Amino acid sequence: MNSPSIRPRRPFTREQRTTVIYGMLAFILILVILQLWLFTATMNAYLGGDEAVIWPAAVASLLCLGLNAGLLRYLYHIERVRR
Amino acid sequence: MSDWQEQDDQSSALVDARVDSPQREGLTGTTPADAYAPARDPELITRPPDGRPLHYQPQWRKDFPIDWPQDHYIARRDFAKFLCLTSLAFTVGQFWIGVQNIWRRRRGAPPVAKIGSLSELPVGGTLTFRYPGPHDDCILIRPSQDKLLAYSQKCTHLSCAVIPNVEKGVIRCPCHEGLFDLNTGENIAGPPPRPLPKIILTVRGDDIYATGVEWRTV
Repeated sequence: MNSPSIRPRRPFTREQRTTVIYGMLAFILILVILQLWLFTATMNAYLGGDEAVIWPAAVASLLCLGLNAGLLRYLYHIERVRR
Repeated sequence: MSDWQEQDDQSSALVDARVDSPQREGLTGTTPADAYAPARDPELITRPPDGRPLHYQPQWRKDFPIDWPQDHYIARRDFAKFLCLTSLAFTVGQFWIGVQNIWRRRRGAPPVAKIGSLSELPVGGTLTFRYPGPHDDCILIRPSQDKLLAYSQKCTHLSCAVIPNVEKGVIRCPCHEGLFDLNTGENIAGPPPRPLPKIILTVRGDDIYATGVEWRTV
């Protein structure tokens, strides 16, 4: 009998992967728009001489990048599992 | 027999013996074997010209698929990658602002510089000067006998040169009809997002000196 640990993972079908990528795109788009807003607001503050928001905004933008990179990594992962 | 054919034959022979395993649906009861099986796996639609499985195909064939469903998937996957690259660019830009801010701090306070004299500036008149750097155009305005005002001449929208109108009490940007209050430098109409930077002035005798710049967000 095969044990559950060696049971082959069922790969996503192409339709499932397309659904997954639509969900991913929705998240990534929201995060990128948030980063765009952060960037314009920070630039406005910097040009106006307000330094208080610069580094917190940079950290928030880095977090958004981390989330996006994680989602992209998952995308590569499901393509690898498919083989 | 080629390697890929052998591997495919071996993988088809490895069927999980459990009832709910992916390749055994419907095989254990009285229900016909195809009752629970999907009508047709969409993955099987793609058949490359040489007939080999997809994972034996060259990368270029995977990136430029010949059927629409796979092409839709690849297009959205590449768009997601592009958006992640955009996200990286925004993050780099965000840190670049921080670095610029450090450099601005290190430059220190702007120097004190003589920009004109009271005798050469009549009431209602204006004078242009450069402060604190040679490329920072500014305007000096004398709206009344005892009052002097100075602002950066660059519009806070897109850096067009602004023009003071002392009679109307406004400073106008001719590029996109932005208006600033003459007495405060605040943005009162049009697209400018911030007030004009204010130049701090000191009068010593007949001479007018600029001693600093006041940047403002509101």
